[in-house]
Amino acid sequence: MRRRVAVVGAGITLFRRRMLETPKELSFEASKMALDSAGLTLKDIQSVVSGSAPDAFDGVHMKGEYYLDGMGAIGKPHERVYVGGGTGVFTPIGGWWNVASGMYDTCLCVAEEKMSPLHPHPQYAFWSIFDQILERPLGTTLLWIFSLEMRRYMHKYGIKEEEIAEVAVKNKGNAIDHPSAQLGARITVSDVMNSEPICSPVKRLDVSPPSDGAAAVVLVSENVAKKLTDEPVWLDGVGWTLDTMHWTNRDLAYPEYVEKAAKMAYRMAGIKNPRKEIDVAEPYDPFDYKELHHLEGLQLAGKGEAPKMTVDGVTQRDGDLPVCPSGGLLGVGNPIAAAGMMKICELFWQLRGEAGKRQVKKDARTGVAQAWGDLMQVGTVAVMRS
Amino acid sequence: MGRPNAGRDGRSDEVLEGEQEMSQKITSYPGHEITSDELKEGKYLDVYYKFVPRYSWAAGVAISRFLDELKNGRIVARKCNRCERILVPPRMYCEQCYRPTDEWVQIKDTGTVNTFSISHVGTDARRLKTPILVAVVDIDGASPGMGILHNLGEVEPSKIWIGMKVQAVWKQPSDRQGAITDIRYFKPVVP
Repeated sequence: MRRRVAVVGAGITLFRRRMLETPKELSFEASKMALDSAGLTLKDIQSVVSGSAPDAFDGVHMKGEYYLDGMGAIGKPHERVYVGGGTGVFTPIGGWWNVASGMYDTCLCVAEEKMSPLHPHPQYAFWSIFDQILERPLGTTLLWIFSLEMRRYMHKYGIKEEEIAEVAVKNKGNAIDHPSAQLGARITVSDVMNSEPICSPVKRLDVSPPSDGAAAVVLVSENVAKKLTDEPVWLDGVGWTLDTMHWTNRDLAYPEYVEKAAKMAYRMAGIKNPRKEIDVAEPYDPFDYKELHHLEGLQLAGKGEAPKMTVDGVTQRDGDLPVCPSGGLLGVGNPIAAAGMMKICELFWQLRGEAGKRQVKKDARTGVAQAWGDLMQVGTVAVMRS
Repeated sequence: MGRPNAGRDGRSDEVLEGEQEMSQKITSYPGHEITSDELKEGKYLDVYYKFVPRYSWAAGVAISRFLDELKNGRIVARKCNRCERILVPPRMYCEQCYRPTDEWVQIKDTGTVNTFSISHVGTDARRLKTPILVAVVDIDGASPGMGILHNLGEVEPSKIWIGMKVQAVWKQPSDRQGAITDIRYFKPVVP
């Protein structure tokens, strides 16, 4: 029988373009903060799940083994999980298996990323995610799939670039209140529209930055949670699915794999009407249109309807469905795996009413976090409740 | 702000003892940024290494045939007789029916732009002098929505539209190598 799993602590480092700390040091800082906030020490931890995106960023093979010390995983059952950009939310899902299965009562989940080592630009590593026979010879960059998907999404539902830009304005604005944030800023829709075209329709301010950083949470069984705190946040639903690598054969206007992952997580959490029951959402927003895409996949907006919701202010912190109150990847930064985990940390703080200036106005009791990645084919979803 | 009973007030005293609070109660976040200027000044030590690996990838059963046919100026697909889909890029198994595909089918070298982009950056994110036009082209003769990634050419960026009919522009037969680049690009079909 499945056991209930609680989040009892969270920790995060600064997110910056280039950090002095090594992956081990970043992992240590985030993990220590998470343990301290849970009132636990490493001795209390029975297993460790780690997440980090492609080894190509670091140029360190066996990264899971390399950063082990910083994650407090020496001599403990440790697994590194990986689904590209979806890794950050997949890491606590991995932790959930450890605890829900009854194997362990306490599990430290750490996500770390350093993108800065790769020169001349971290983007270069993404070249190798494309098919090596049919796609790489065409001179691919990761931005292509985003721009192709964004254009298809706009075309199918008649969405304007200005509507999409509202997401960047909101998230970078929200990030001003996040102590870790790399790119918090007050910008306008015309700033986004006038920013340098990179891969049209994608412009500079539509995109999240490359970053270094780490984030961590502590998961425990119900019995342990009750001893530690009167205010646990429950990890009540998890879901993940992948679609085919044949991305040019898919409907790019709608992320079906996110829908499947979300429905799996909602079913587990007993959520029947997500739009009514979810109080706060942290969907993956490496690009502004992706937040909209994912809100639709998460069943929080009808197909093609997320832009209007955004323009109407529904997704603001004081709106009916606050979305990315953290500031998201667009504002806080995008150290790939750590960025997804940052969303889990944010829900933990939001659902405990501890998010300070970032706290959403409504009484938030149920939240959903989601990450996305690989060759635009994976959705990882977590439902949390206080 | 937030839920009135959440946070510190709702928690037991014994847990509060000596515990570091999170989020709004944390005043400093760990980590040291290295700025671009500091990097240029060489303020921090780092180690530089250039890794030059070489690979040779076998193209596989399905794609070897596909590439071989490109050399002949033809695009081929595989058909699954159960779901009746005509698959391109071709595969020897149908991932939906999970059974071997049944036959090779020659499809056309024309198609429809499913989506497109004008890329101002190259593989390493450096700015390009001449932008690359890139598209997913749904190939005529394959099942609906069966597209491939390729480049567009002989067209003004502002004149590209979703739904535009395009046709392959092939390299000269003597220049073909059995590669996806044997098709130089797709250009608009002039009616």
